[in-house]
Amino acid sequence: MSTETENGRTAGAGAGSGSAAGAEAGTTRIHNIGYRNYEGSRLGRAYARRSLYSQSLRGAYGLGRSAKSKVLPMILFAVMCLPAAIIVAVAIATNLKTLPLDYTRYAIFTQAVIGLYLASQAPQSVSRDLRFKTVPLYFSRPIERVDYVLAKYGAMASALFVLTGAPLVILYAGSLLAKMDFADQTKGFGQGLVSVALLSLLFGGLGLVLAALTPRRGFGVAAVIATLTISYGAVSTLQAIAWSSDAIGAVKWLGLFSPVTLIDGVQTAFLGATSAFPGEAGPSAGVGVVYLLVVLALVLGSYAVLMRRYRKVGL
Amino acid sequence: MYNPTVARLTYRALLGRRRAAILFLLPALLIVIAAAVRALNGADDQVAVDVLGGFALATMVPLIGVIAGTGSIGPEIDDGSIVYLLSKPVQRSSIIFTKLIVAIAVTMAFSAIPTFIAGYILNGNGQQIAVAYTVAALVASIAYSALFLLLGTVSRHAVVIGLVYALVWETLFGSLVAGARTLSVQQWALALAQRIGGEGTITSDVGLPLAVGLLAGVSVLATWYAGQKLRTLKLAGEE
Repeated sequence: MSTETENGRTAGAGAGSGSAAGAEAGTTRIHNIGYRNYEGSRLGRAYARRSLYSQSLRGAYGLGRSAKSKVLPMILFAVMCLPAAIIVAVAIATNLKTLPLDYTRYAIFTQAVIGLYLASQAPQSVSRDLRFKTVPLYFSRPIERVDYVLAKYGAMASALFVLTGAPLVILYAGSLLAKMDFADQTKGFGQGLVSVALLSLLFGGLGLVLAALTPRRGFGVAAVIATLTISYGAVSTLQAIAWSSDAIGAVKWLGLFSPVTLIDGVQTAFLGATSAFPGEAGPSAGVGVVYLLVVLALVLGSYAVLMRRYRKVGL
Repeated sequence: MYNPTVARLTYRALLGRRRAAILFLLPALLIVIAAAVRALNGADDQVAVDVLGGFALATMVPLIGVIAGTGSIGPEIDDGSIVYLLSKPVQRSSIIFTKLIVAIAVTMAFSAIPTFIAGYILNGNGQQIAVAYTVAALVASIAYSALFLLLGTVSRHAVVIGLVYALVWETLFGSLVAGARTLSVQQWALALAQRIGGEGTITSDVGLPLAVGLLAGVSVLATWYAGQKLRTLKLAGEE
């Protein structure tokens, strides 16, 4: 208390030290310490949304974060690209006329890596905001709920698209270097890109919804990976049993219940892929419409759940 | 060695509120699948082995092991509240031991019991398959809990590392490289199941004596080392 009174006497601005200030009213002064209004341009909502998007996208690869948090996403990115590089190298060395692996098949083969990436980065993107209570700080900026959700969703989907698209670019560049048929390869590459774009949207949405439900990173990681692997494990076990017991009709309907098989079904029906289902019993175009509808419903559904989730900033 | 208060706190952390939901979801799914398969296909020993081996032991037990093992200590280290526990006059090794017991109990309860029920639904314990896989799930629970509890004390990314081991190493490498199967908790547990199950129904790549030795060795070593790690625990700052 004594220091306060002293400050009040010398600076004269201490409103709390009433008696001292009153006694020496003659020496009390108010200093202009130069507070000013901001007169520059206001960058506004679109800018804030764009910044949040680019920060989240960079954060998904550990850019702008500590060296330790770069390790995992970069390793997973390398693991994702390595098989593509090997395939291209083999194809060029042995003068193959076509790639030994379809563009559309690549993401299905590497689904474990994609799942791990999503599980490690989706909670990183949203759980930490919840845990350190930074969500209210975002909303004190001129952004609204829809901006936050769109920026986070967009960033997660873009990060997944980079992860899944990069090996396809390697395959495509390699196939052109190996002088494979240009029209054929471009068509396959285009189909592959559409398929991974759909996959990125679907996985990104599911991952964010699960991660936004818990402020603990660990639980978020476990929830995402459990959803992906358990649903895939259950569906492929059931499909194998249905196929071996001659209920081939059931195989394509079972595929509706896990994200990976959904993407597999959509690309088999519309993007000229060969199905990874047992007996290649993928859906025809008719059933494929159901697959596409389910995928779109899940994408829109995750957006709606996220919007609902962020009505309240806490949990 | 066993501290009831630490145990109570750990049970709460593991099963409190929504966290238990994910633990209930997996066993429920297994039983639903078992019922669906039975309805679709009738009782069949080979199908029972496929479902229990492919889904229960290969996917469900490791996942629950990761959640219970790392979840019993990881979040506390993560948010720094472990210091309040460490500052009490309780031995570090007995904290680890208690947490291990809790993790084992939770993993066993949520993996072995549903495996047993699913086995009965699938083929009514024909060829002792349900019992064999239940025993496998029980011993795998011990090893997984010890391993993942150790991971929880070693790294902040314990869950991810644990999942990489459970999914990538055991499933992916295990199916491609034969040597990797020798170093897999799942195969050690299967060795016991092979002994109990009917002739030729369940196969493992590891001999029984080696499997038992490795299971016991890994569990004891992991627990001891986790206790050592906790004695010299450094609380890392936030990234």
